[in-house]
Amino acid sequence: MNSWIDLNALWKIIVVGFLAGAGLPALFAVGVRALNPPVGIDEAGVSRRAAGALGHTVAALCFAVVLAAIGWGIYIIVNHS
Amino acid sequence: MTGNDVVLALVVATALAFDFTNGFHDTGNAMATSIVTGALPPRVAVGVSAVLNLVGAFLSTAVAATIAGGLVQSHDVTLTVVMAGLTGSILWNLTTWYVGIPSSSSHALIGGVVGATIAAAGTSAVKWHGLVDKVIVPAALSPFIAGSVAALGTYLVYRVTRGIAEGRRTQGFRSGQVGSACMVSLAHGTNDAQKTMGVITLALIANGTLSAGAKAPTWVIASCAMAIALGTYIGGWRVIRALGKGLVEIEPPQGMASESASAAVILCSANFGYSLSTTHVATGSILGSGVGRKGAVVRWNIARRMVVAWVLTLPAAGLVGALAYWVANGIGGTAGVVTIFVVLVLASIAFFLASRHPAVTPENVNAAWTGSVVPEPAPATDEVAS
Repeated sequence: MNSWIDLNALWKIIVVGFLAGAGLPALFAVGVRALNPPVGIDEAGVSRRAAGALGHTVAALCFAVVLAAIGWGIYIIVNHS
Repeated sequence: MTGNDVVLALVVATALAFDFTNGFHDTGNAMATSIVTGALPPRVAVGVSAVLNLVGAFLSTAVAATIAGGLVQSHDVTLTVVMAGLTGSILWNLTTWYVGIPSSSSHALIGGVVGATIAAAGTSAVKWHGLVDKVIVPAALSPFIAGSVAALGTYLVYRVTRGIAEGRRTQGFRSGQVGSACMVSLAHGTNDAQKTMGVITLALIANGTLSAGAKAPTWVIASCAMAIALGTYIGGWRVIRALGKGLVEIEPPQGMASESASAAVILCSANFGYSLSTTHVATGSILGSGVGRKGAVVRWNIARRMVVAWVLTLPAAGLVGALAYWVANGIGGTAGVVTIFVVLVLASIAFFLASRHPAVTPENVNAAWTGSVVPEPAPATDEVAS
């Protein structure tokens, strides 16, 4: 513990910050990708494959985790005093 | 100690005015990216942000005692000191808003109060260790932390969504962006409205209206919440434009990544006892989102200007605060406080008038960046009607 820099708080902020701040958008991106599979090119030209059941499940899971994290964030705000 | 109701009323009014400037100065932190990417229409964005700031201000009402107890010796703080400090912070906030620089309102407030305290009671009345530990070190670190988080987030988001049709991706991330921007607004309400509540409570204690260590009365909480929400709703279009258009050209996935980084860093640092400036975090995140996307335009010269302003914020607000104290104290008593109040009102009106010609409004906030905060007047656009 340094008296000028609270290292104990700092490393937690960095770890949680990266997990929530970069991890959640990435997870959201996974969800978006699951719903919208990349454009595939077949003989007929450009076609967009529709998301299947698996895609929808993956997307739902991702968005659920993101929503849960938002709920956790609000919980922190309310209880922080 | 002046047990003077006129002075107290002026101090409370000035504190609420500061809260108002705090609101419009910081609208951009939460909403700039959503506005420039078209995720939300400008007026809707500031409306949503205002409501969330209002809600946030009520959600968490532990008075931010850092401003008072942690930074200066409370017994050296008189109503005149508070008034002078607020004058310094408002004037600095207006100056930076006018030139379109997202500077930290918290730093302006702290600088003003510290400067006025030094003028009143000398440097020994300042808790320097607290100032470095609680204000300067976090301010130096937070843009880098937020920026790295946002850069990584942006990189991952683009990496994961590679190959998805552009329209689908934009659509998906616009909704995500709105969610993350709302979190930042909420966090802003809980953080920043509290600082003004703390200052008003401090003034009430200095006046003897409240006993030392009292909590903020309900009317203080309610009026601060209203002031910051109103300010947010007015919208600091100059700052929004500088952040959203000037710094980096932002796409929805970047906006989502940068707001998520801001929300995460602000919330978890509040949780772990670090009080950060929302502004530094948000600016760092937006820069990071520019670094994280290949080929994004990052205008480092604008970033440099902002950093210079950040470094200047504490001393500049402090200097004005000290000047205001000397003037008020020189004239003495109620007349002194009334004088700086009048000067402050006149200066605010001047800033407002200057900002109208030409104005940055919800209609032209998204105009192409041509090197200045105020957009080039576009001849015969379809926005003439509004």
